[in-house]
Amino acid sequence: MPEQAENKKVAQTSLRLKIGLAEMLKGGVIMDVMNVEQARIAEEAGAVSVMALERVPAMIRAEGGVARMAKPSLIKQIIQAVSIPVMAKARIGHFAEAQILQQLGVDFIDESEVLTPADETHHIDKHGFKTPFVCGARNLGEALRRIAEGAAMIRTKGEAGTGDVVHAVKHMRQITKEMKALTVLSEQELYAAAKELQAPYELVRMVAEAGKLPVPNFSAGGIATPADAALMMQLGAEAIFVGSGIFMKERATPLDVENDARERDEAVSRAKAIVIATTHYNDPKILAEVSEQVTGTMKGLAAAAIEEKELLQTRGW
Amino acid sequence: MRLGWECQNHFVKSSGPTIKRALPRIGVLAIQGDYAAHAAALAEAGAEPSLVKTLDDLRLDGESLDGIVLPGGESTTMLKFLERHGMFEALSEFCRTRPAFGTCAGAILLAREVRNPPQRALGLLDAVVERNAYGRQIDSAILHSETTLDPEPLEMVFIRAPRILEIGPGVETLAWREGSPALVRQGTLLAATFHPELSSDRRVHRFFVAEVMAARG
Repeated sequence: MPEQAENKKVAQTSLRLKIGLAEMLKGGVIMDVMNVEQARIAEEAGAVSVMALERVPAMIRAEGGVARMAKPSLIKQIIQAVSIPVMAKARIGHFAEAQILQQLGVDFIDESEVLTPADETHHIDKHGFKTPFVCGARNLGEALRRIAEGAAMIRTKGEAGTGDVVHAVKHMRQITKEMKALTVLSEQELYAAAKELQAPYELVRMVAEAGKLPVPNFSAGGIATPADAALMMQLGAEAIFVGSGIFMKERATPLDVENDARERDEAVSRAKAIVIATTHYNDPKILAEVSEQVTGTMKGLAAAAIEEKELLQTRGW
Repeated sequence: MRLGWECQNHFVKSSGPTIKRALPRIGVLAIQGDYAAHAAALAEAGAEPSLVKTLDDLRLDGESLDGIVLPGGESTTMLKFLERHGMFEALSEFCRTRPAFGTCAGAILLAREVRNPPQRALGLLDAVVERNAYGRQIDSAILHSETTLDPEPLEMVFIRAPRILEIGPGVETLAWREGSPALVRQGTLLAATFHPELSSDRRVHRFFVAEVMAARG
């Protein structure tokens, strides 16, 4: 018994540290980067963290193929290049990729639907890791299932790689609506709600009491402009992930930040503007100013035009 | 000091709204980071928190705030923001004349010198601070340490924590991590390399609120 109590204490300490890092990222922007130069631009622009990957979602979508964890050499270079926390993605259920990412010293692991899933039934048991995990969700049940597995941060899935914010909005509104609904239920009704949400009763009760998730709730998936970031923050997001929105030019072509000064400037202007918009999300005067300073926006792909089977958000459950 | 504070708090509760300003108004720099956790902790410790995102926010109803908290988060993000929006000098001036409390990234911002990598700081606290000194997130830890504030040890939550490498003669150490100062005071400046806002223990925030009350006179 003392051993069990000790294990429980260790688990609680571990979860507090994981959520602690998520707390530090609140109000900030986490940017997808594919090389050292992009990582430096992100840090210089004021990103709170970078997500190291080989292809941003827009490219994965356009090029197809199996999308896997980024090369360790790329992740190590990016860790060396910046002083802010570095995140990286593992495939859904691919705990061996996660073990490698933890070994590399990645600060947050994104078990992400953007990569090709490695397991059709099981997500990673995230309690077994010292490194915190972030997972995507479209609704409250999905968010709570991920938290039950040990996720220390939830992000709306949205529809990655589109530059269309509509699904990020839909998922944030859905989660908020379901949380609000729980707060008015009686104790007895919460058991039935847990059954309907397909989520553990204890977590459902925590949400009913607090009116919010027990871990930070960030937003991702299609955020491309300062106005998009402000929209998601006003809808209740606690921080913003920007994937393809900063470094992409056309659908599958990134801005050439290494060789083209004008394209580098464009990426810098987008990155800075989204950072400022995320801090001042409820100040239209500042939002108007920063929106004016942006010198371009990714072309984008309307999410409504994507066929059901091509959607990334339906991966995971 | 704590007793004094509790009396004050009691006085506020038992009186009408006319003396509401007996509560010190303490700003929380809200560029990004765990500023909401600090605001909640300050409220629990008997202050009225107020978020600071612009220069104008350093004043409220035409009056200057009584003190400020620089929260945990990413020091580079906060620094770029302060520089870009002309807030660096104003914040420096504010912290020179009013009590300020920096935790983790906030402590880095207050320092005289920052290493790993070197970066600009407000230069108010006579200390040299090394960023991410204990490693990455997997090296984050919750420790307990003796403190001069109170006989009971203090829980200290360290997240990608900095280390105070050197302190000047005017800096007093109030708690330690393995021999390095973890909580320090210099006049009305207070700095922690850990996150008291992430613990349920409010002793450090109460100490700061008392300092703010004392400075206000």
